Amino acid sequence: MAEYEAVIGLEVHVQLKTNTKMFCSCKNEFGGAPNSHVCPVCLGMPGVLPTPNEEAIIKTILTGEMLECQIAPRCKFDRKNYFYPDMPKNYQISQYDEPLCANGAVTLNLLAFPKDVQNDPKVNFDKKIRLERIHLEEDVAKSFHYDGASGIDFNRAGTPLMEIVSKADIATPEEAFAYLTALKQILIYGGVSDADMEKGQMRCDVNVSIRPKGQKEYGTKVEIKNLNSISAVRKSLHYEILRQTADVEAGVPIIQQTRRWDDGRGETFMMRTKEKAHDYRYFPDPDLLPLNTEEGLHQTAKSRLPELPAAKKSRLVADYAVTEYQASVLASEVALANYFEKAAANAKNKSAVANFLLNDYFATGGDIENIPVNPEFFSELSNLVEEGKINTKQAKEVFPKMVAENKAPSVLVKELGLSQITDTAALEALCDQAIAANPRSVADFKAGKTNAVNALKGQVMKLSKGQANPQVVGDILLKKLSA
Amino acid sequence: MASPDIDVRYVADLARLNLSDAEAATFQKQLSDILGYVAQLEKVDVSSVAAFSGPVVNNLRPDVLGESLPVEVALSNAPQQENNLIVVPKMIE
Amino acid sequence: MSSPLYTESVASLRRKLAAKEITAVDVADQLLARIEQADGKLNAYNFKPDAAKVRAAAQAADLSKPLGGVPIAIKDVINVQGDPCTCSSKILQGYTAPYDATVIKKLREAGAVLVGRTNMDEFAMGSSTENSSWGVTRNPWDTDRIPGGSSGGSAAVVGGHEAFAALGSDTGGSIRQPAALCGCVGLKPTYGRVSRYGLVAFASSLDQIGPFTKTVEDAALLMEVISGHDPKDNTSVNRPVPKYTDALKQDLRGMKLGVPKEYFISGIDPEVEAATKAAIEHFAKQGAEIVDISLPHTEYACAVYYIIAPAEASANLARFEGVRYGNRVKNPKDILDLYRSTREQGFGPEVKRRIILGTYVLSSGYYDAYYNRAQKVRQLIKRDFEQAFTKCDAILTPTSPTAAFKVGEKTSDPLQMYLADIFTIAVNLAGVCGISIPCGFTKSKLPIGLQIIGAQWGEENVLRAAHGYEQTTEWHKELPGI
Ligand SMILES: [Zn+2]
Repeated sequence: MAEYEAVIGLEVHVQLKTNTKMFCSCKNEFGGAPNSHVCPVCLGMPGVLPTPNEEAIIKTILTGEMLECQIAPRCKFDRKNYFYPDMPKNYQISQYDEPLCANGAVTLNLLAFPKDVQNDPKVNFDKKIRLERIHLEEDVAKSFHYDGASGIDFNRAGTPLMEIVSKADIATPEEAFAYLTALKQILIYGGVSDADMEKGQMRCDVNVSIRPKGQKEYGTKVEIKNLNSISAVRKSLHYEILRQTADVEAGVPIIQQTRRWDDGRGETFMMRTKEKAHDYRYFPDPDLLPLNTEEGLHQTAKSRLPELPAAKKSRLVADYAVTEYQASVLASEVALANYFEKAAANAKNKSAVANFLLNDYFATGGDIENIPVNPEFFSELSNLVEEGKINTKQAKEVFPKMVAENKAPSVLVKELGLSQITDTAALEALCDQAIAANPRSVADFKAGKTNAVNALKGQVMKLSKGQANPQVVGDILLKKLSA
Repeated sequence: MASPDIDVRYVADLARLNLSDAEAATFQKQLSDILGYVAQLEKVDVSSVAAFSGPVVNNLRPDVLGESLPVEVALSNAPQQENNLIVVPKMIE
Repeated sequence: MSSPLYTESVASLRRKLAAKEITAVDVADQLLARIEQADGKLNAYNFKPDAAKVRAAAQAADLSKPLGGVPIAIKDVINVQGDPCTCSSKILQGYTAPYDATVIKKLREAGAVLVGRTNMDEFAMGSSTENSSWGVTRNPWDTDRIPGGSSGGSAAVVGGHEAFAALGSDTGGSIRQPAALCGCVGLKPTYGRVSRYGLVAFASSLDQIGPFTKTVEDAALLMEVISGHDPKDNTSVNRPVPKYTDALKQDLRGMKLGVPKEYFISGIDPEVEAATKAAIEHFAKQGAEIVDISLPHTEYACAVYYIIAPAEASANLARFEGVRYGNRVKNPKDILDLYRSTREQGFGPEVKRRIILGTYVLSSGYYDAYYNRAQKVRQLIKRDFEQAFTKCDAILTPTSPTAAFKVGEKTSDPLQMYLADIFTIAVNLAGVCGISIPCGFTKSKLPIGLQIIGAQWGEENVLRAAHGYEQTTEWHKELPGI
């Protein structure tokens, strides 16, 4: 029996974060009362003309820059003609033969993959998925369907939309998952979009075919729609690859078609076959003059290039001495990395701050957007430990209160009466007390059982109500016992 | 240039236009004549000519909020509406 | 007996208003009476002015403004807030414009009084104003004849003295050709000179709004008001607006005027040819230098136009389907039926013909052969003009190959109708400017127009030449029988 491999390409639509729509100055906002953000232009009234939003063009070029694309020196818009009630002019202003950005790639990373495969040795975590193109267009209206009728809200009509088309470089559902996660991360990094699939800010159509391993020609392509989350993309691909493999093995030919993913049932259903290709009659939009991107637009976009995840990760390792893994996690979200850099600014041990943030903070169930804590408190807390003012166990007692009450660790240490006893004279007295009370342990130690010192140490800690500095206590005990 | 082999019914369908049989027949003849006339462009040597295009000018709109229409004005021309939505027969995907 | 007030030019009206010889309300009243008297015969207005509104606007007009108190008619293709804008189509019945076109804002700011909406070929597609859901407009010089088109209503109201001036739109000659046929002045500005925002698009890369007036001076006055960059029109050009009336102060001496040999070939009516040649001689006598030029790709202009204009129109008119505004068919079976039947019932035959033609030339497999090739030939046509204007300041040609033809004469043969625009089309394709002015009459007293073509931004030369001719001839003083 032949082994099959999947060939997957993704078309991702991304809503750009701008104040206004692509071709008119109506508000670009999700929600709002129906048809409250509309004007003659975005309603396609007779006689209106489009005016291109500078910011949307800059953000598209910025995306191209972040994704290593070539930026076209000329930006031209075309009309894509088809009738649909959600499209006011019955043509969409889009870009046909001259996309703003061409080629480029999304580089995957370990953390972008689903957790359950992050330890799989067969996965190539650093794979590059090449891009075909990125172009800019206008979004369509939102429609609501009732019995026998549909209602249309044009608030979304004409908002800027970027289409990112990958090459068919994706081989597994997990790579598709990682591609979308990594892409989303970069879009957020650039402030280009919030890229939330559940809110429709990022929408994904999948093309998938299978072929016997080793075969050069592609199999028949099937398109999957209605994918509302990154995990739905992964699940639908698993389903679809199995379905297509079973069909091929049973001798049923795959026909070119569009299928709809039903997330509840975990299955795809046939929507339509492509009996005839669309005839979109693209032509250059005569209402819009071509633009020269080299006159400012490209420069502005470049000046806004953020530090990207991979670079940020390397810098965190170099400048903060955090581990590779900590750096990857920190760099996976701009907000997290930014917070960390503030939190670790004055810390003597920056890796300890990373631990507090990544382990202790997230263990409280909090998220980074709404973290209520003054970031400087992280430095302060780790320095208290570092300077021996409290021990790590005490730090763990302070931490939840620091988060819950946004109070300085030094204040909390006092409130909780946690200051550590480092006064050698006091500790020597406690050690003498422990030695006197535990002749057995002393004898064991002298007989060569060096572990016996731990029992004594435990006694001293108990006597000090946990406030003794364990390191200092150990030193004193050894000195006294070896005397 | 292709021979004037226009399929009026196919094109009318693309343009979402019903045609009566009489109209389709008349248009078939008239459009064939017109296409025959424009076929003279084949004679022009355009091998080294770029297609006409408007001047390259960065006439851009700053991303600043402007005024939208009040919803009642926006919908005042709508043939059918309900709950501030424009209503059409059910759309098919 | 002095001529009635309604025959005055805008400039003389302005002088009389300034001298307080008349009031803006007098002007409005006399015009309203004239419209009542004449429009029954001409059918030039789709919507005649509302008397009360016009009198109120005249009363309130600020006479210090450049067009203060001057009534101006508007082609029914330009949006005026709160007014219908039917484009002479059934599909836009019931539509009320929710906004003002930029030219309307400019007219209002200049103190003009808007009077009525003029008839046109449906969606500006035609050369005779016969393709109108409101019926044919008649030529004021002979009501058996067409006024030209597509801005036939605007030409007829100015030529027939039912308006002092009017706005029209010109995509392939739709201002100049009817101006010639109705004996008035019509100017098509350089592409990008006047904002198209609010003009219902026919062919976006060709459309321009321009004035119909009784004199060249009036055309200059209106151009000063309506020209200029508009951020709402991406294709409008950011370039200062000259004081066009200053261009009229120079006479014809020293002007170099080109005569293209390609415009005097077969198909041109002998009376039109004779009048045009006489006009050229007149220019020479007045001190202009006449130079022979060539516009070799002119012969292809019509073919190029009938690919590009319908292609753009097929997309521009896709928005008329009864979803958001206008006439929707009753009880459609489904959404496809809503589209197909609404458009079947809403559009007239010429519009359907051009939509089908335009859809076809863009459709898969034909784009390169038709649209792309046409855009290349268009580039050659543009280049012809650029070269010609290195040798002359303006170009003289007939506006239309014939004077006004009879109603119904050409309706059965669209191709023959299309050739009525043969002398005006290249100007739109090249994006340059042109004017038509009266230059004579046929034996049966039908006006003949002379076209003066200028380079891009060459309006001042065109106006200077036109004014120099007009001031030394009497044609523009003739009044129609209506
Ligand atoms: Zn809008």
